[in-house]
Amino acid sequence: MNIEPIVFYILSTILLLAALRVITARNPVHAVLFLVLAFFTASGIWMLLRAEFLAIVLVLVYVGAVMVLFLFVVMMLDINLDRLREGFWSYLPLGAAVGVLMVVEMILVLGGKYFGLEHLPNPADPGAGYSNTKELGRILYTDYVYPFELAAVILLVAIVAAVALTLRGRKDRKHQDPSQQIAVKRADRVRLVSMPSEKKDN
Amino acid sequence: MDLLGLYAKIIATGLTFAQGMLGPELGAAVFTLVKTSVLIGVMVGAILGAVAYLTLLERKVIGYMQVRIGPNRVGPLGLLQPIADGVKLVFKEIIIPSGADKVLFVLAPIVALTVAMAAWAVVPFSPQVVLANVNAGLLYIMAITSMGVYGIIVAGWASNSKYAFLGAMRAAAQIVSYEIAMGFALVCVLMVSQSLNLSDIVGGQEKGYFASMGLNFLSWNWLPLAPMLLVYFISGVAETQRAPFDMAEGESEIVGFHVEYSGMLFGVFSMAEYANMILVSFLTAIMFFGGWAAPLDSTLFNAIPGFFWLLGKVLCVLILFLWFRATFPRYRYDQIMRLGWKVFIPLTIVWLVLIAAWMQTPFSIWR
Repeated sequence: MNIEPIVFYILSTILLLAALRVITARNPVHAVLFLVLAFFTASGIWMLLRAEFLAIVLVLVYVGAVMVLFLFVVMMLDINLDRLREGFWSYLPLGAAVGVLMVVEMILVLGGKYFGLEHLPNPADPGAGYSNTKELGRILYTDYVYPFELAAVILLVAIVAAVALTLRGRKDRKHQDPSQQIAVKRADRVRLVSMPSEKKDN
Repeated sequence: MDLLGLYAKIIATGLTFAQGMLGPELGAAVFTLVKTSVLIGVMVGAILGAVAYLTLLERKVIGYMQVRIGPNRVGPLGLLQPIADGVKLVFKEIIIPSGADKVLFVLAPIVALTVAMAAWAVVPFSPQVVLANVNAGLLYIMAITSMGVYGIIVAGWASNSKYAFLGAMRAAAQIVSYEIAMGFALVCVLMVSQSLNLSDIVGGQEKGYFASMGLNFLSWNWLPLAPMLLVYFISGVAETQRAPFDMAEGESEIVGFHVEYSGMLFGVFSMAEYANMILVSFLTAIMFFGGWAAPLDSTLFNAIPGFFWLLGKVLCVLILFLWFRATFPRYRYDQIMRLGWKVFIPLTIVWLVLIAAWMQTPFSIWR
């Protein structure tokens, strides 16, 4: 008996339940937290597939950064659930179309043996000491270096664009410039006046 | 070492016993499960003990810095004080605010502590002693510690209080900001050690020009990566929400994320904070100060087991945390943000490029 399937079934049960709760939870914050749980469990399943780099990066990037921002937004929005439900019937056709598309795609992948997918060989078992991270890094920086750098530049442009769109210089803000504060000399603030001491009256 | 030999003997006996009882495959699987659970239990116990006595150390050290004695009533020299504190916290009433999200309110501190504990799985204590010797250990630690922010955000939101919510926003923004600088500093370390495995990172620091002369401590990463050490450690202080970055518990702006927490739930947040402090200290010692390596290659120094060198280094870094708290005035929030985004991140990026360029020249010291 192998222990791997047991771990797999436990993880997939948690994953499916969490994913189900994402779309059924009434509270949007709960939905986001279930999505976090789903991501984390999915990373566990990837770890089982020996894709440790992808698994850890999924947690690092999606759980650690993207979902945190998501949670920020969802927590601060004033979401009225009744108003969200209003457009259900008008959105249904589009949603159903996307759903059917996803089901078809999954059938194509999971039912691969009926479509001749088994001609693609399974990757060979790399053995125990294999470092997925190292292999990925080597390929990214040799064979795929141009697409990789291109993606980086596109992301950089997106960052610059996001900053440029939201940055506006307000005239009335009381901004402090630390370099100016540090450059202050005593003479700028205090003026010492030398005065002769006065005699007391009486 | 005798202890390691004894451990290996116990493991072998246990394995044969389990396989004899349950058959070879199931027995091995069950045995691995039991062995790992026991080891996790031992580690969590040790960390929680360290956390308890770190609070005592903090009160003592700050006491002496302020010319006081510190706790000295419970037990000899106040040594039982942490136990008294724990008992007090356990028996305090836990007040859950009306309108709070009860499940998440209780879950938040648990998440914070779980994350603080999970990161310890890959921390090596000596060349052989590590719970999980994984290839991507450094990445694992970065991923797990990046989840610590959930405890804070969820606590702030579940409290159903505007103060707690604002405090959570501030604390979360602070943690997310300093994570970036911390990550870049660690990227420098992994670049020069060419490995993500924490044991290999220590091993990489044990060789070099100075190490061959017996001056091990000059071969450690702190010298060539001195700016990264500074950035990493200061970011570590900011990540753990310790003074001078302790906005969450500052008296002047007391709207931390845990204002609504009381009793043991608050205590669990504290425990997570102290466990994170110890973790950052361990990582600083491992990444920059040669881990379990002795500072000089002499028979006297080599006679001391590596584990004690590691502990000594960790203790020095921990004292720094306490020293900061006794010394520095609290940062203003906008200055925290400025330090993180406008000073540390540009500095780390420039140093990263510099180190990368250095490694490509013939003058590289990491071959």
